[in-house]
Amino acid sequence: MSDIITISPVTRIEGHAKITIHLNSIGEVEDARFHVNEFRGFEKFCEGRLLWEMPGLTSRICGICPASHLVTSAKAGDDILSIGIPETAEKLRRMLVLAQWIQSHALSFFHLSSPDFLLGFDADPAVRNIFGMIAHDKEFARRGIRLRKFGQQIIEFLGGRRIHTPWAVAGGVREPFTKEERDKLLEWYPEVRDTALLALKTIKKVHETYIKEISCFGNFHSLFVGMVGQKGEMEYYGGNLRIMDSAGNIIADNIDPREYYNHFGEASESWSYLKFPYYKPLGYPKGIYRVGPLARLNICDYIETPMAEQERKLFKQLAPTTEAVNNSFYFHYARLIELLFAVEKVEELLHDPIILGTHVRSKAEINKMEGVGATEAPRGTLFHHYWVNDDGVLQKVNMLIATAQNNMAMNRTVRQIAMQFVEGKNIPEPILNRIEAGIRCFDPCLSCSTHALGQMPLEISLFNHQGELLDRRVK
Amino acid sequence: MAVKTLTINGEQYSAQEGESILSVARQHNIPIPTLCHLEGLSTVGACRLCVVQIEGIPKLLPACTTKVEEGMVIHTANEKLNKYRRMIVALLASEGNHVCAVCVANNHCELQDLAYEVGLVRVRYPYLFPKKTLDATHKDYVMDHNRCVLCTRCVRVCDEVEGAHVWDVAGRGINCEIITGLDYAWGNSQTCTECGKCVMVCPTGALFEKGVTVSEMEKKKGFLKYIITARQKKEWVSISND
Repeated sequence: MSDIITISPVTRIEGHAKITIHLNSIGEVEDARFHVNEFRGFEKFCEGRLLWEMPGLTSRICGICPASHLVTSAKAGDDILSIGIPETAEKLRRMLVLAQWIQSHALSFFHLSSPDFLLGFDADPAVRNIFGMIAHDKEFARRGIRLRKFGQQIIEFLGGRRIHTPWAVAGGVREPFTKEERDKLLEWYPEVRDTALLALKTIKKVHETYIKEISCFGNFHSLFVGMVGQKGEMEYYGGNLRIMDSAGNIIADNIDPREYYNHFGEASESWSYLKFPYYKPLGYPKGIYRVGPLARLNICDYIETPMAEQERKLFKQLAPTTEAVNNSFYFHYARLIELLFAVEKVEELLHDPIILGTHVRSKAEINKMEGVGATEAPRGTLFHHYWVNDDGVLQKVNMLIATAQNNMAMNRTVRQIAMQFVEGKNIPEPILNRIEAGIRCFDPCLSCSTHALGQMPLEISLFNHQGELLDRRVK
Repeated sequence: MAVKTLTINGEQYSAQEGESILSVARQHNIPIPTLCHLEGLSTVGACRLCVVQIEGIPKLLPACTTKVEEGMVIHTANEKLNKYRRMIVALLASEGNHVCAVCVANNHCELQDLAYEVGLVRVRYPYLFPKKTLDATHKDYVMDHNRCVLCTRCVRVCDEVEGAHVWDVAGRGINCEIITGLDYAWGNSQTCTECGKCVMVCPTGALFEKGVTVSEMEKKKGFLKYIITARQKKEWVSISND
């Protein structure tokens, strides 16, 4: 008699999901699946709307990373208008993307994942959250919250509000940046840099503590995909796509993001609303790839800012020279290196006089029937692809979201952790939490990836080999 | 012209014969919500938001089309009127696709202002989610039928002020829709002078300039007073943006 265990809902992630663990007739883990059970249909209801409305519309996909959708959509708009945007506008958009990284990465580490690391995977679930963190180490939690606030503050200064700003538009941005706002941010900078460094120091201690977890938290071979700059530097706003294999070989480089659909396909499974993107030349499911911080750290040749570059070199030492860093647990480390990079890069931009320019918006008519925008969102490469008619009315929309691209990898991670830790029908809570924590490595955003109604959290079910539900936990 | 004496909300006022209740109320700063009414255009009494209660008359009457009469006792605000006005705004909201968060007229919309004014906190009617289209064929402007409340201000300003009569209303009941010419695409209209008056008098995000994004479409209606006064009285007045 085999069994299935269900964890539902998964907690401390952005969106609603469940995990099922399937046991075989002798009670061993046979399979485990990460199900995303929300559906929204954004691509469909954007049809018939105007191109200029799309940044405002698509930023509503998500309350965590609206700025990423906003800028990506504006870039798709630039492409359709065939327009070059003012230099000031590009630098300000870049700052918005970095601010998005700062607030989202700070949220992922300090609010969502650090309770596992600092209070322990085995701690009482009632305190294993941000409030437990505040009780445990008030100053650490406060600094994390302030770091996230810094990112949100930049977004507010640029866009007028923290969430769902409509500030980036096809052709540039709506409002310029002011000297007063710049000075306030520069004053704040030393504190956020120190907090980013503190986070890195913390994660290194975690690496020493959780050796058993690290060995199986999504440690497998896959491709890595992301954008790099012209010289191979870490990129977050523009750049071309690079694809690397698990041995660290670049198998495709300098791909124009407009060509993404020639390289990536999307498969569907009956048990999840989240699609399964794959690398076309290898097919489904062999073309499994990962995007996001781990991929970006693997694929780039260097990072432009000094402190983050120093950390990148240490990151590279986590794997032998013949391999890329394949362990998904190191997503956390990579994320914090990116956080440091974003903080350093924001400071660099704040010192650039061009960001105070007042010419920030170019205007044009519809010049192309199709356009693609791509940026590196906090969770990975984000693509918006629009088709319009002569009047700028959307005929078709395709969005390839970062979390969706990690879907296969998340499923494999769940399976690997379940196989390592689950024994028998009854799963103790700390084991369930480890499975959830495996998902949290990827910092998934399910409302984005399904373009689905974002509700918290996770459920786990346990099924036997005949598909009968044996146990179900909802949080 | 004879002078009429009437009572509004317990206060006595005098008015010219032939004047509307709304006109008298406006002169004395008595608030009555309106939507289809716009100073300078003809009155159609379409939206019914300006309904008032007149003692001795069993039904509510629109202040914009009802003329003053001697001895009238009028109430412009009470629980019954507020309830009806809320109901009207709720019905308007439920029969279109008014998505304020992503609308070009967000924060500059008269329907939105009215919802606040009448205290509409929830719509108890089922939303119809009608399948409506958007006409973006004009090079400068867009007509989004999803946001149209059929106030006909665009029809009237084009006919009465611009003299082009590009707009009309087609269909019946819930299927009514503003059309261009004999239901042509706006971009193919032979009569449109591209003046943009219809866009500026539209109370919602139904008519807007091409290229604007969320909340960017601000309607400037001051031109209307300026043009009308200049034509009728041969006087120039300063433009205000109200």
